[in-house]
Amino acid sequence: MTTQTTPSESPKSPGTPETSDTPAAARAGLVGLPASLGRALATGGGVLTIVSTFLSWTWTTDFPGDLTVYGYPGGLQVLVLIGGVLTTLFGLASYGVRGVRALAPGSADAAVKMAALGTFGAAWYTVIAISVELGGLVNLDPGGVVVAIATLVALIGALALPFTRPEPDPVDPDDTGWELLRHNTRQRWNTFRAAFAADTPAPARPLPSWAEILVIVAVMAVGLTVFSYGVGTAYDELFIGFLITAGFGFAAVSKAGLVARVSAITAKHRNITMIGAFVAAAAFPFTQTSDQYATIGVYILIFATVALGLNIVVGLAGLLDLGYVAFLGVGAYTAALVSGSPSSPLHVHWPFWASALLGAVVAMVFGVIIGAPTLRLRGDYLAIVTLGFGEIFRITVLNMDGTSGPDVTNGSNGISSIPNLNILGFDFGAQHQILGTTIGRFANYLLLMLIITLVVVVVFRRSSDSRIGRAWVAIREDETAALAMGINGFRVKLIAFALGACLAGLSGSVQGHVTYTVTPEQYQFAYAVPPNSAFLLAAVVLGGMGTISGPLVGASLLYLIPAKLQFLGDYQLFAFGVTLILLMRFRPEGLIPNRRRQLEFHEESETPAVLSKAGA
Amino acid sequence: MTTDTTTKDTAPGAPAPGQVVLDARGVTMRFGGLTAVRNVDLTVNSGEIVGLIGPNGAGKTTFFNCLTGLYVPTEGEVRYRDQVLPPKSFKVTAAGIARTFQNIRLFANMTVLENVLVGRHTRTKEGLWSALLRGPGFHRAEAASRERAMELLRFVGLDRKAEHLARNLPYGEQRKLEIARALASEPGLLLLDEPTAGMNPQETRATEELVFAIRDQGIAVLVIEHDMRFIFNLCDRVAVLVQGEKLVEGDSAAVQGDERVIAAYLGEPFEDAPGAAEVAEVEAAEAAAGTESAEATEPAEAAAADAENPTDAAPGKENDR
Repeated sequence: MTTQTTPSESPKSPGTPETSDTPAAARAGLVGLPASLGRALATGGGVLTIVSTFLSWTWTTDFPGDLTVYGYPGGLQVLVLIGGVLTTLFGLASYGVRGVRALAPGSADAAVKMAALGTFGAAWYTVIAISVELGGLVNLDPGGVVVAIATLVALIGALALPFTRPEPDPVDPDDTGWELLRHNTRQRWNTFRAAFAADTPAPARPLPSWAEILVIVAVMAVGLTVFSYGVGTAYDELFIGFLITAGFGFAAVSKAGLVARVSAITAKHRNITMIGAFVAAAAFPFTQTSDQYATIGVYILIFATVALGLNIVVGLAGLLDLGYVAFLGVGAYTAALVSGSPSSPLHVHWPFWASALLGAVVAMVFGVIIGAPTLRLRGDYLAIVTLGFGEIFRITVLNMDGTSGPDVTNGSNGISSIPNLNILGFDFGAQHQILGTTIGRFANYLLLMLIITLVVVVVFRRSSDSRIGRAWVAIREDETAALAMGINGFRVKLIAFALGACLAGLSGSVQGHVTYTVTPEQYQFAYAVPPNSAFLLAAVVLGGMGTISGPLVGASLLYLIPAKLQFLGDYQLFAFGVTLILLMRFRPEGLIPNRRRQLEFHEESETPAVLSKAGA
Repeated sequence: MTTDTTTKDTAPGAPAPGQVVLDARGVTMRFGGLTAVRNVDLTVNSGEIVGLIGPNGAGKTTFFNCLTGLYVPTEGEVRYRDQVLPPKSFKVTAAGIARTFQNIRLFANMTVLENVLVGRHTRTKEGLWSALLRGPGFHRAEAASRERAMELLRFVGLDRKAEHLARNLPYGEQRKLEIARALASEPGLLLLDEPTAGMNPQETRATEELVFAIRDQGIAVLVIEHDMRFIFNLCDRVAVLVQGEKLVEGDSAAVQGDERVIAAYLGEPFEDAPGAAEVAEVEAAEAAAGTESAEATEPAEAAAADAENPTDAAPGKENDR
């Protein structure tokens, strides 16, 4: 329990606005209520929120999701219910109730605040959406009013929970008004941030390994459920509600210290975690009733796999590659040319293993051709050359249509009608009955792509934790010193570049078959639909450079959000840009940071200075 | 080459004492019209600690860079064990010359152990395929590398901090780590570029002992330093570089007694060098502290510097910077 706070009120120079703060206020929360009352309000508000989700929120079924039913929650109500349950549980944990207490080994208060904030966001978003879409507050049923009040009460209560206020910076008496304003804003922002700060949890009691494996299984199951739910959200409102609940829910769980606990366990059982994650991903198509969402699944997987390959080049070796998607294109075109497609000038039909191998090798050859002259240089040259290569690839492919150049790629029409794969008699185009579930075309490809992802993950893991991986990181850190340590910089960088290209080519050979048609405009620098070079790079940076799970998470978000939020339309790239700027401002190490990078960017924070053996 | 660094045995690969390890002949380095190093000869024998001193801007670091393949000398050649040095710094390291940097260049975001493991790069062979396939050979080589790296960390006294990030080490330990990293490449010659810059007297003395311990392993050491007491305690031979030219070379006593050296540091105009007076004046002001402290020691005492027991009280030793 971390309710003890030290009176951190230090003498301030007279005349600053903060002098009105009394020591009593310093110990209080952001809202001036007694802590015990706040705790009661937060927990009670959480309970009331749970109850309210079983009420009707609106009178008509015009609002999507049918929120009119008394007795069980539906649509957005389910999300608010989850938020309410989290708030209540963490509220009880902050009281130190036996059994529940274990849920928050970190900071229960901070977890309550996050959960209450998320519940408030989801509930008020729903209420406002109902009022706006149906035209007025009259459309709210009593349940809607109750939930609005309950979540507000819970939020106010949660914000009244005490926290350690940061030591205020002394004010420079010479400051002008503008500097004073900036100083005070910074001070308030620090205080606000401190309100949500959490302690790192004490090391856990060692669990028996079967229990730890059970925890991993449970986490994977939760992950699969959340992902399936997010992919399966049927309308925009539900997806936004999902983003709010999932985002704040994850933050709450993280503040409670559960994320740290789980990652300690997963770091201990890395192989089991990896297998678990792949079983969970393979189980995804079996949870779906139609092939509709398996389509999203397979495209996310392609995007994520290519992003992971890029992470070797960018995250480990530090080579900024702005034309990476061209290697995907090389792989896809190569596989398409030998796929037996009627529009391919080569009328051959190679088996999948051969075309995948060829795709990977040809992409690697291109990687060496591009890398060999440029990797001798340092700095930005590589970025410019790879950007150029990406465009050269697209335009060359566009012109090899028989009129402007040799007839190879069919120009802008691309190579179409790529036949479905058939591996050992398993026809990827047909539906199959597996374990009583119908598995459609995209689900088949999803399972195949999963194997490719597994290959890329294994390659990433094994290469990063080896002599060559250390050489990559050393080159990224300080090239001169790395050379002085006997590392052949050019050779090592070329290996990273070629390996990245090879993995992209491998993914491309599957991608060509999934999309039926390969056309030049799929492989541009920036394009509305991922994967393209800009989005790939964004997925790596957003997710976290140098990690395995980072690009997977980043790619999922970057694919799902535009695919699900149709109303963004033309503003999609704008929203994408704003998100990226905000993220780089507030979390430059990415959503799932490499522990190294976290230390790099937040030197002053309380993260431990020691890296565990498990490392990145 | 799996010598135990903790013992003082001579490494099997090290040549017999007295054999020439490094032989630089007529090294000249020009940048455009500026001659930074002019016709410098220097030899380093095995089991020897050689110092290279000189006022700021004398071309010491440039000469160092010529030895390590960062620069290719305009004229002259550098031989390491009778082989002309290749012009790439990573090949120089592979040949057996390791170095540290004047301003510490660690891999800041790697752990201490990983830094040393990177130093092992030239002495291990495992490539990408080996890393991907993870055969028994890979695991054996990794284990051996780690063991050797931990040995080196114990040698410099950093084994308890093996899992810390290099950036989080205090300054003195970063210097030590840089030396450990250089030693990991199993060099026959170690080049130290101002290893005690910014250190307090205790740390300097610890470094002194570390260098002696390295020498006792049969590794020849070439040191650039501004701290005169450190250099005269440590080195068997000292070469003085002024204005890109080697002025004197000899044992500590000879160098300390040499008028030209004192002139170069204290600012007497020294012939054949246009503008030397002005340059020397500025240099003298900068170097005055170092020289004074060096001269405070009796030359004879410094020359007979007891290698194994450098415990003579050195009150308030000053650093040059």
